[in-house]
Amino acid sequence: MTAAVNPKKLIKGGLHDWEVVIGMEIHAQVTSRSKLFSGASTEFGGEPNDHVSLVDAAMPGMLPVINEECVAQAVRTGLGLKAQINHRSVFDRKNYFYPDLPQGYQISQFKDPIVGEGEVLVDLAEGETITVGIERLHLEQDAGKSLHDQNPTQSFVDLNRSGVALMEIVSRPDLRSSEEARAYVTKLRTILRYLGTCDGDMEKGSLRADVNVSVRKPGAPLGTRCEIKNVNSIRFIGQAIETEARRQIAIIEDGGTISQETRLFDPGKGETRSMRSKEEAHDYRYFPDPDLLPLEFDQAYVDALAAGLPELPDAKKARFIETYGLSSYDAGVLIAERASADYFEAVATGRDGKAAANWVINELFGRLNKEGHSIETSPVSATQLGAIVDLIGEGVISGKIAKDLFEIVWSEGGDPREVVESRGMKQVTDTGAIEAAVDAIIAKNPDKVSQAREKPTLLGWFVGQTMKATGGKANPAAVNALLKAKLGIE
Amino acid sequence: MTASGTTILNELTLAEARDGLKAKAFSAADLTRAHLAAMEKARGLNAYLVETPDQALTMAQAADAKIAAGEARPLEGIPLGIKDLFCTEGVATTAGSKILEGFTPAYESAVTANLWRDGAVLLGKLNLDEFAMGSSNETSAYGDVVSPWRRAGSDTRLVPGGSSGGSAAAVAAHLCLGATATDTGGSIRQPAAFTGTVGIKPTYGRVSRWGTVAYASSLDQAGPIARTVRDCAILLGSMAGADARDTTCADLPVPDFEAAVARGVKGLTIGIPKEYRVEGMSAEIQALWDQGAAMLKDAGATIREISLPHTSYALPAYYIVAPAEASSNLARYDGVRYGLRVPGKDIAGMYENTRAAGFGREVKRRIMIGTYVLSAGYYDAYYVRAQKIRTLIKRDFEEAYAAGIDAILTPATPAAAFGVGEKGSGDPVEMYLQDVFTITVNMAGLPGISVPAGLDAQGLPLGLQLIGRPFDEETLFAAAQVIEDAAGRTRLPPAWWA
Repeated sequence: MTAAVNPKKLIKGGLHDWEVVIGMEIHAQVTSRSKLFSGASTEFGGEPNDHVSLVDAAMPGMLPVINEECVAQAVRTGLGLKAQINHRSVFDRKNYFYPDLPQGYQISQFKDPIVGEGEVLVDLAEGETITVGIERLHLEQDAGKSLHDQNPTQSFVDLNRSGVALMEIVSRPDLRSSEEARAYVTKLRTILRYLGTCDGDMEKGSLRADVNVSVRKPGAPLGTRCEIKNVNSIRFIGQAIETEARRQIAIIEDGGTISQETRLFDPGKGETRSMRSKEEAHDYRYFPDPDLLPLEFDQAYVDALAAGLPELPDAKKARFIETYGLSSYDAGVLIAERASADYFEAVATGRDGKAAANWVINELFGRLNKEGHSIETSPVSATQLGAIVDLIGEGVISGKIAKDLFEIVWSEGGDPREVVESRGMKQVTDTGAIEAAVDAIIAKNPDKVSQAREKPTLLGWFVGQTMKATGGKANPAAVNALLKAKLGIE
Repeated sequence: MTASGTTILNELTLAEARDGLKAKAFSAADLTRAHLAAMEKARGLNAYLVETPDQALTMAQAADAKIAAGEARPLEGIPLGIKDLFCTEGVATTAGSKILEGFTPAYESAVTANLWRDGAVLLGKLNLDEFAMGSSNETSAYGDVVSPWRRAGSDTRLVPGGSSGGSAAAVAAHLCLGATATDTGGSIRQPAAFTGTVGIKPTYGRVSRWGTVAYASSLDQAGPIARTVRDCAILLGSMAGADARDTTCADLPVPDFEAAVARGVKGLTIGIPKEYRVEGMSAEIQALWDQGAAMLKDAGATIREISLPHTSYALPAYYIVAPAEASSNLARYDGVRYGLRVPGKDIAGMYENTRAAGFGREVKRRIMIGTYVLSAGYYDAYYVRAQKIRTLIKRDFEEAYAAGIDAILTPATPAAAFGVGEKGSGDPVEMYLQDVFTITVNMAGLPGISVPAGLDAQGLPLGLQLIGRPFDEETLFAAAQVIEDAAGRTRLPPAWWA
């Protein structure tokens, strides 16, 4: 993508402004019960080496067998990225020695990945949307883990993760700021979660990013990039990019040059540091894995998977705007998580969409955040919230009472309609009762009555008194109308 | 067969022993004991790396019980030797390498599991070239295997061929009724030819590779070595079969190979590839080849000269593809999880020390060649071109078969067995040339059988090779049987080693 340079996104250097160019390789753990080439469990946790098959431990004579579910997940993801699905792909061996790599090679896809070019639409603040190009997606094995803190003189190896399926999703260098990078990862994660192909849990390492960063004068050719390996939170991705871009700018402005290398981000020290230079880079000696035949499937297979896909975030957002009359922003907030969108939709169906969105976004999300709840563990169900919205719509309770009702349902549960009934929270629409209250207030405050006739804004004071006298249950519209009539205010 | 009292049980063919067991002429335990005794006397040949007498007798007794109950399976009570490249549960497996010293698998290879499923008895593990890399069994970390054959009037120690040298020697010396072997470039057919035995490399994908230590995955294929064509057919019938654990293994039913032995060659067209008439071929080999063609013609086959134009590129291309795969396949022997570990100052030091001490010269050579040809900047020039040659070699055969050829007849080896230490010590290519007739078959993934066809001037066995269409081992058994019938089975000289 070659969009015009947005001056707001440039970084101020000592000499002039700099544009940062970012591309990302996201490693997303495939949601599957067993590993990419073995039947061992992918369950997180467990004692070290609990989930290790003979294949994962690379015992002599063991052979990989492709897990068809992982293939289906990669195709689903490719479809979600609006990408080309390659009907024939090849597994290659990436050769290097490391104790947590039992085979001495990682099975990956090099020349012929399962998914080709695609794109991701990313919404930014202020209504801006960018398109990030996807170069490819391929399947590969995860490595095990070396444990250096278990013994004073030895390192141990845990192979539970060895052979777990990863999707490496490679973006084009289309990102121009840390904000864009964070928004891209967030959006990608949303898509993966919608698809159910990766849980996106960065704390458990289900989603990790290698971030390629370079800087240039706006409009100049691409600068030399550095790759920051294995960044494991969206916040750190932003920090790593900022830190690295500033490091590179400082070097160039000092007359130096950037050398291509692999770096690590240390969030504690807020710096990136060199891991290995280009000269030290491994020669991975990729070649097609002779143990595995090329992976081939037909369009019917892809079509069947496409037919089973859920509605994806972009489509859902458009539909929410269209069907429920939501703003782009509100729709964006609601679709960020599939569970939130589902919740909203359960509330909104058959009701006023905007009112439902207000309640979900402002009241519910606010409260969930405050209490550290997720939408899945919300104490107020969509059915309950829907009933509250209904009660307002029907004029049974006022908006103010509704907030009290929400509090009661949040902490005590129950059917909102019954709560309103049993606690006498019904709005009073009986003009007789309201009139009695209004008359009493007018009788008690003759001075205020005459003032109000001079200054109609004093009506608010009378409304407040009436609401107080009726315990907040009086229908505000009826109160207003009565007061205006009695006080003679137009 | 005479009464069991005078029959030398271990000198029976596998088919004869099977029938004798069925007729209760002798017991499986007796048959096994006869072999164990012969093995003990033949230790000088160094064919067995591990003998498993206790396990063998237990399995034989179980076989006798099955026979008594009338539940005999296809290989009930048949004692076999297993090339030490096949992982055997609870029995040490070394691949002929120091780097796997002390490794005892917790699993059974697909091939051996199939044999035990059919009632066979494990006598022990057979010596081989280290990681199946060699043509003389001299690269084994556990010593050379000596052939039971000697040149007339000479006591020069001869090689049994390789890499399945232990298998070939054990079968020839009556130390088992048959043996498993593997063939990546000729490792079944060349030793079979050297020892007057029959060996078949089936079509790539006919036999599961699961649990067999890998040398070059796209070329490796297991098969049997036995004393007759029929015995090979019986063994392959048990070894072969679909296996979901090896995705390169074909999902095809196993034909009745033994039945194919009696088919004859009437009406078949046998191709004689002119490119196999290599420079410097001895008159003896040429004569053997001509005799083989005549035998098939006499039995009703049509002989036709054919051309396989890319033959001469096979050997150099093989020595790129096979080492490339080997360099990657052998990366797992790193001292971390099993086998040998030699400590070092850091992890790289441990790798270096372990692999330096654990691998022999030929294995190191091939790992280095393989690493080189896969390196950045060399990959296209070597590996990619070698794969293209492979495609052309395959096409040569496809065109011949499309033109009506049913099987192809060639010599199995350029000459008879040579002496221990005679070849390859200076120039490894001298040894690599041993496989010049067999290697194309692996490159094309085709089946090939080596069958004894006569003796050379010094009384050493020579073999002919028949190459078949993909998954048509049956025609090879039929044609090989014709040669075996016409040439007569080679008779081993007296047991000088016992």
